[in-house]
Amino acid sequence: MNATAIVINVIAVAALLMAFIKDRKKAIKSLKIAGKSFIRMLPMVFIIIIIIGLLLGFVPPDQISKFVGEQSGMTGVLIVGAAGAVLHIPALLSFPLASSLLEEGASVSAVAAFITTLTMIGTITLPLEIKELGKKMAILRNGISFVIAIIIALIMGVIL
Amino acid sequence: MREDLKKKQKRGMIRDWILLGIILIIAIILLTIFPDKNEAVTNTVWDYLVEMVFILPAVMILLGLFAVWVSNEMIMKYLGKTSGVRGIFLAIILGALPTGPLYIAFPMAAVLLKKGAKISNIIVFLSAWACIKIPQEMVELQFLGVQFMLLRLSLTIILVIIMAVLIEKIIEWSEGKAATM
Repeated sequence: MNATAIVINVIAVAALLMAFIKDRKKAIKSLKIAGKSFIRMLPMVFIIIIIIGLLLGFVPPDQISKFVGEQSGMTGVLIVGAAGAVLHIPALLSFPLASSLLEEGASVSAVAAFITTLTMIGTITLPLEIKELGKKMAILRNGISFVIAIIIALIMGVIL
Repeated sequence: MREDLKKKQKRGMIRDWILLGIILIIAIILLTIFPDKNEAVTNTVWDYLVEMVFILPAVMILLGLFAVWVSNEMIMKYLGKTSGVRGIFLAIILGALPTGPLYIAFPMAAVLLKKGAKISNIIVFLSAWACIKIPQEMVELQFLGVQFMLLRLSLTIILVIIMAVLIEKIIEWSEGKAATM
């Protein structure tokens, strides 16, 4: 277990203890919600992990870096960014996927673009967003989000 | 609406389990055809599984605690009455609290807009809700390292604020134009 995982677990346990001291009923309700969301997420966790395993086992690094590595340049970043915008993967699970892609030779820009569009842009939730906030605002938000995701990705590629 | 959501969630879960079955079958077929890849694949799967097991339950507990303790009414109360730099700051913090999926935030944002909240604050709030969630940042830290996480976080905050002001200007401008026509 690395330092980050230890810190997160310590925070979670401390918060849970505080919750139990403050209000037992509410704390138990929180645990129920936590358990439910964990179970809901479980199949997706396995799916992502198996995909990572297959990706690292079967796809040679030079193939991955050809499509989303340094030499793929702007096109690679745009393709991965678009994939992130359309795909519906829980954000929490995009990080292990991203780290496996980095390991396999994907560029920092491509990975950053993927995570950022995946979280910021929701094509599946877009109809709801339009209904609640109007066409203009929803489309502006999602459209400009794509542009800033690409900008974030490119700056990160330069710095890291 | 609530019933609908529940049904949708249930269908989504069934779909996820079916997908998992299909991927498992594909993996097993691939590994029987190429047994030499067996070790590499199982090692990777095991490594990532261990990492997830160490971190996901803690993240879920934090999510659950926030969902119960920070009510949507509380968020709306604070977000509704501030503006300026403080408003933007508050919008980021309230959006970043781990309190549920993005589709919950849309109706909240709609109500706030009707009550006269600034468009830029609402855009910042929605964007923070979507991509600056505290548990997400923790998992990002775990898998991608502190440099990557902090850099992406700060760039996201800066650009989201710029985007929010831009969208506000565009909407005000287009509404102003419509009014004079």
